[in-house]
Amino acid sequence: MPDFAIPEDVRPEDGYVGRRMPRIEDRSLLRGEGGFVDDVPVKKGTLHAAFVRSPHAHAEVVAIDASAALAMPGVFAVVTGADMAAETDPMIVGFENPIDYYGLAVDKVRYVGEPVVAVAATDRYRAEDAADLIRVTYNVLPAVVDPVTACEPDAPKLHPRSDSNCVSKRHFVHGEPDRAFAEAECTTELTIRYPRNSITPMETYAAVVEANSETGGFDVLSNFQGPFSVHTVMALALRLRTAALRHRSPKNSGGSFGSKLVIFPYIVVLCVLARKARRPVKWIEDRLEHLSASSVAPNRVTKVEAAYTKDGTVTGLRLTHWDDHGAYLRAPMPAPIYRMHGVSTNGYGIRHLEVTNHIVSTNKCPTGAVRGFGGPQLYFAVERMMQRIAVLTGQDPLDLIRKNLITADMFPYKAVAGSLLDSGDYHRTVDETVEQGDLAALKRKRDAARAEGRLYGIGYAACVEPSQSNMGYISTVKTGRERERAGPKDGAVASVTVAVDALGSVNVIGDSVPQGQGHQTALAQIVADQLGLTPDDVVVALDTDTAKDGWSIAAGNYSCRFAPASASAAHQAATRVREKMARIAAANLNVPADNVEFTDGNIHAANNPDNAIPFYRIGGLAHWSPSSLPDDVEPGIRETAMWNAPELTPTTAKDEINTSLAYGFGFDFCGVEVDPDTGVVTVDRYVSAHDCGTILNPGLAEGQIRGSWASAYGATFLEEFCYEEDGTFRSGTFAEYLVPTAAELPDIRLVHPTPHPSPYTRLGAKGIAEGNQYTTPVCIANAVADALGIADIRLPLRPARVLEWLQGEEPPPSAAVAPDEAAGEPARPTIDGSGEMQVPATPEQVWALLLDPERMARIVPGCERLEAAGDNSFAGTVVLGAGPVKGRFEARIDLTDLERPHRARLVGAADGPLGSSRGSGAFELAAQDGGTLVRYRYSVELSGKVAAVGGRMIRGAARQLIDRFLRALVREAGGEATDTPPRGLAGRLRRLAGGRT
Amino acid sequence: MKPAPFDYVRPESIEEAVAALAEHGDEARVLAGGQSLMPMLNMRLVRPEILVDINRIPGLAGIDDEGDCIAIGGAVTQGDLADWPDLAATLPVVADALPHVGHFQTRNRGTVCGSLCHADPSSELPLCLALLDGGIELRSARGVRTVSADEFQQGILTTAKAPDELAVRARLPKARQGERFAFREFHLRHGDFAIVAVAARRAGDAVSLAVGGVADRPEVCHWESLPDDAVDDALNDLAWALGGSDDIHATARHRRQLVRHLGRQAIAATAGNRAAA
Amino acid sequence: MKRLNRDGRYPVRFTLNGMPEEGFAEPRMLLTDFLRQEIGATGTHVACEHGVCGACTIRVGGKAVRACLMLAVQADGAGIETIEGLTEPDGSLGPLQQAFHENFALQCGFCTPGFLMTLSEYLEKNPDPTVEEIKVALSGNLCRCTGYHEIINASLDAAKAQRERRRQQD
Ligand SMILES: Cc1cc2nc3c(=O)[nH]c(=O)nc-3n(C[C@@H](O)[C@H](O)[C@H](O)COP(=O)(O)OP(=O)(O)OC[C@H]3O[C@@H](n4cnc5c(N)ncnc54)[C@H](O)[C@@H]3O)c2cc1C
Ligand code: FES
Ligand code: FES
Repeated sequence: MPDFAIPEDVRPEDGYVGRRMPRIEDRSLLRGEGGFVDDVPVKKGTLHAAFVRSPHAHAEVVAIDASAALAMPGVFAVVTGADMAAETDPMIVGFENPIDYYGLAVDKVRYVGEPVVAVAATDRYRAEDAADLIRVTYNVLPAVVDPVTACEPDAPKLHPRSDSNCVSKRHFVHGEPDRAFAEAECTTELTIRYPRNSITPMETYAAVVEANSETGGFDVLSNFQGPFSVHTVMALALRLRTAALRHRSPKNSGGSFGSKLVIFPYIVVLCVLARKARRPVKWIEDRLEHLSASSVAPNRVTKVEAAYTKDGTVTGLRLTHWDDHGAYLRAPMPAPIYRMHGVSTNGYGIRHLEVTNHIVSTNKCPTGAVRGFGGPQLYFAVERMMQRIAVLTGQDPLDLIRKNLITADMFPYKAVAGSLLDSGDYHRTVDETVEQGDLAALKRKRDAARAEGRLYGIGYAACVEPSQSNMGYISTVKTGRERERAGPKDGAVASVTVAVDALGSVNVIGDSVPQGQGHQTALAQIVADQLGLTPDDVVVALDTDTAKDGWSIAAGNYSCRFAPASASAAHQAATRVREKMARIAAANLNVPADNVEFTDGNIHAANNPDNAIPFYRIGGLAHWSPSSLPDDVEPGIRETAMWNAPELTPTTAKDEINTSLAYGFGFDFCGVEVDPDTGVVTVDRYVSAHDCGTILNPGLAEGQIRGSWASAYGATFLEEFCYEEDGTFRSGTFAEYLVPTAAELPDIRLVHPTPHPSPYTRLGAKGIAEGNQYTTPVCIANAVADALGIADIRLPLRPARVLEWLQGEEPPPSAAVAPDEAAGEPARPTIDGSGEMQVPATPEQVWALLLDPERMARIVPGCERLEAAGDNSFAGTVVLGAGPVKGRFEARIDLTDLERPHRARLVGAADGPLGSSRGSGAFELAAQDGGTLVRYRYSVELSGKVAAVGGRMIRGAARQLIDRFLRALVREAGGEATDTPPRGLAGRLRRLAGGRT
Repeated sequence: MKPAPFDYVRPESIEEAVAALAEHGDEARVLAGGQSLMPMLNMRLVRPEILVDINRIPGLAGIDDEGDCIAIGGAVTQGDLADWPDLAATLPVVADALPHVGHFQTRNRGTVCGSLCHADPSSELPLCLALLDGGIELRSARGVRTVSADEFQQGILTTAKAPDELAVRARLPKARQGERFAFREFHLRHGDFAIVAVAARRAGDAVSLAVGGVADRPEVCHWESLPDDAVDDALNDLAWALGGSDDIHATARHRRQLVRHLGRQAIAATAGNRAAA
Repeated sequence: MKRLNRDGRYPVRFTLNGMPEEGFAEPRMLLTDFLRQEIGATGTHVACEHGVCGACTIRVGGKAVRACLMLAVQADGAGIETIEGLTEPDGSLGPLQQAFHENFALQCGFCTPGFLMTLSEYLEKNPDPTVEEIKVALSGNLCRCTGYHEIINASLDAAKAQRERRRQQD
């Protein structure tokens, strides 16, 4: 069977929408003929960009020396923060705030991986060579990574225009929460810490940028995903008329999940670079860049308080959020927390709500859109709370959920914070899921497991799934007065164009910027149905071009916009085409236009199929014979729908906001078992149901659910961007940031509940792609809480963490293992050590040695050069590393508090392309047994590349170096070092086993 | 993520390879399967002046049964060894460990000797080498020497191999009559480096346990006899003595627990499993 | 002994899906970059350049390997197969591609070349795999879109189709 034929079983009588039609996109992708940014040929002479990035979480940029790089053959230009500040304006966000953001660091770096210098050279290899030659001098500052700590008055400050890292704080009262809490029979609270993650698409950021001398602007090709409101942000930053910034996206994009929104600051920087280099510039982000510095979902701390009756009816909710946006706010941040504001009460009939939002800056990668967009954080708090209340009121969590869900007769339901829940029957969905997913069997299984003493738990989670965002909701971050001043913002315009040419071929273009969801296929299905054609008669081109397409600010691929918005726009445009063609045909068929039908490539009278004219003939007439058209019909056939929904109204004076157009409903339950020996949580069964109204193509829809499940599973168990307290970044590779593979991922049972189509979208469709981001993490967390009987569950569920919850005291070692040998280093950003060592020389001799640069040069591992740099200071070059991993560092050591020949303190710093290290230490010398007993203490921090990618080995490698130094010291003093690791360990093991090793 | 510049040589014999290494010493790096070296080159963590590609040296290709030992040539891939029909009978613990070394695509290129030379403390093959007390034959322009596992593996990414030396083969002692082996590993994802891996051998009353992923290299503990009721205490002490540290994937405490848990499983398994024929 | 200087560009010749190809590479050029930029075979994708994601998987001498962990100069003289070679001579989809298509086993398609080339060797070695075996075989390939379920189903279908085809050929 040729792949371009539609299989028989999807050739329906009553339309293609709803059919499991295989994807049109596959035809090129499966042949290796996709068109991703990096596949598109570029002009000869196009340069490639690379970035110099910060190794520090927080530091002043003291100096940048790019002269060596610029002297390199093949290097055309460098751009620094100073250039950006001179040539561009800060990139705006949706509200007044104290952050100036230019895409490159200006004066200060504020997170590890922050771009500091951009360089353009003939190819990427040379661009990286050049980046290596650029010397940046930093003055390191203290950093802050925890959003709650960051709000304290004495926390290090990130932005000079603000005296607090809390860059926005808003307090919302809906209903009468104070009264609800005062009158409540019961109240309880819980604090949630939701981790940082993102979905790290397989294709990274990619852009090609060229200056356009006709417009004075730029032509950009990139995998930017929208919203196109951000196009304005780029143009304003570049001081351009918006029309002079032409943006195109190619036909394929390798996934985004939100992340490809925040390629935009790079586009701005690349434009400046291209202008300076006077050549087109291409940049393909690499994976290390993506993981450290693209964009992540905000991590969040939430204090959730609930007021409820003794029987578990929740009457009031208080949510205090500290939303951690990292170093900068980039449009449309802090949108996630506001996108979910309207559904803060989830699907429950809670009428009293208080919300406090702290938007916080910390020394971490800035945030952006990530699938789920504020939902995982919110629902984790709310649904954990529901489980807690069930425990505290002694009832089944599912009964509690049922008790509080709004009922079918309440739709459309206006939630207390403003969301207008359009349709659904949540109880029915729950019942169908329980039935089809066989909850009864799962409960029996749990009881049996528990009877055997196993740790087995069941969890539930419900969620309202918003889709098609109201472009106005972000204004909720402003006060009512500020909003009035700025003017109203609302709606979400979607655009699709349908055109019929002179031979009756149909072209469709649209603004949905697909990232793999199969939009081409779904749009072909929708348009084919309207025009009585097959999807193969419809050619859908979804590459975009801001200079030519119909688009508006809401264009793009985000917040499950396609099914409600783009599908509606396509339906509308195709309907208009149909109406126009019907009128032309009607004149030819001699019937009224409303009596015309489109079937199998023909247009015919409804009551007489033989009175027909081929579809292509009408296309021909419209183009070849305008004179033959009815009087008021324009020639040609091309209809652009700009579709919007009137329900998307602006934020009210009372801060109520209908953040989205259509709201689906998801309900999951699961059974998990915890292994008490390893801390491993196994998902034994997972059942998931989504009522998303009309399903356009079940193959596509299920793919979205399973894909969302996979990334949510990752967020639950594996994925986290880890930072040390000092801002050191630890998750720099795909071996540190762990993405689930086919081997880990359990299967899920999908339940298909009765759909409740949206009354507000043209096909009744709602979004479906984000549901499991909301339900899965908390559903599994609730099951673990059930299994272990604990309240405080933190993600990701690393076995090491679960083990701590499970086990009390660890069995201590026997006397055979001396306490100081029972090593085990705690999680601290620093590598600490202390010890003592006998050196065969007098204290005076040892002292002299330690202050003699020539002899020190022989002791310091990898020392190439060491000179006195003032009193009691040394400077030099060292080559440090482990095995083949080596780097040249510029090092400086200062000795202070000298008490010759007894004690001194030392402070050192080393900087090189592999990263930076800061350390301090102290030693004491005491005469003993004709030699000297040296007591030492040290503490070393590592940051930058090697800390981000060296994960597992960094501590050991650093200890190994220090050990080498100490042995060399003994040797230099004329002795022979003996019992230091790893030999020490061997001796220990021998002693343990009472024999040989 | 592109390598810094380097020269490249492709010797066709062991002699040519050691001559190239002798000429360039510390500036040179052997390129075997590249499954560890290439990522380090791409990240510019390693910047050799010259790469010596040993993939086309016929003299490094064979797996030989030398009677007491199996000798595995320097260019033999992990995949070649896994497919070698005599593996399970002669090196049962290696047969159990190999499927855990990365993925079949990385085993298609990654070599056995490359894994040993790379000396990652969590690697499975160095763990097997340590348990079996195997050796590495190192060739240089200065001569040939064989180094025992204990001497060879010194610490994180650090071995006794001098920069001008080429590992021409690894020798792994064959399982002897009555010896029983077991291998266990804990990882977060299939194919990842182990968080903790253990390999056990029982010969009569004597029990050896090699532990990877905790100390700076695989460590072996040997008990002349280890009665069942002494296992838990012995493993607890071993777990504490090995130290280990926290990283983003696991804590020191979790590692100790895994030493106790996997150690117990592996030792128990040697009581019943996989007796060498 | 072949010796290449860091500043030079050297001819690299191999067969790509049965056809001879030639280009020039510096010693440090990765095979992925050579395929995509020198030869123009952009079907092979690059997503991590440190060996973890499997997107760049191709077959060299029949073996599925990470092309980002090989130098172009190492491929000189080799026989290389990529996703472009899976299509049938008449332009229709090969059995692996067809199974992916029918099962909705791709979304963005960025990981797909790696999965296909991984399976192309694996299913030759193990023509009748179990689900568990497939999961392990695919564990070196990351996909962020699909959740793997459909890829596993497609793998089973492809294995079946290939067994059938072989039976017919015998
Ligand atoms: C995704 C992925 C997962 C992995 N998972 C694991 C795992 O779970 N467990 C595991 O153990 N490994 C794992 N590895 C690493 C493993 O695959 C490597 O093969 C192995 O560590 C190195 O072998 P190689 O032949 O590839 O050596 P190379 O990478 O070529 O070289 C490694 C080092 O050894 C030196 N060297 C190599 N051969 C010789 C020789 N003959 N003489 C002298 N020096 C030599 C090189 O100069 C270099 O410094 C993984 C790798 C990847 C990419
Ligand atoms: S790009 Fe080669 S494995 Fe990821
Ligand atoms: S289909 Fe997009 S990553 Fe696999």
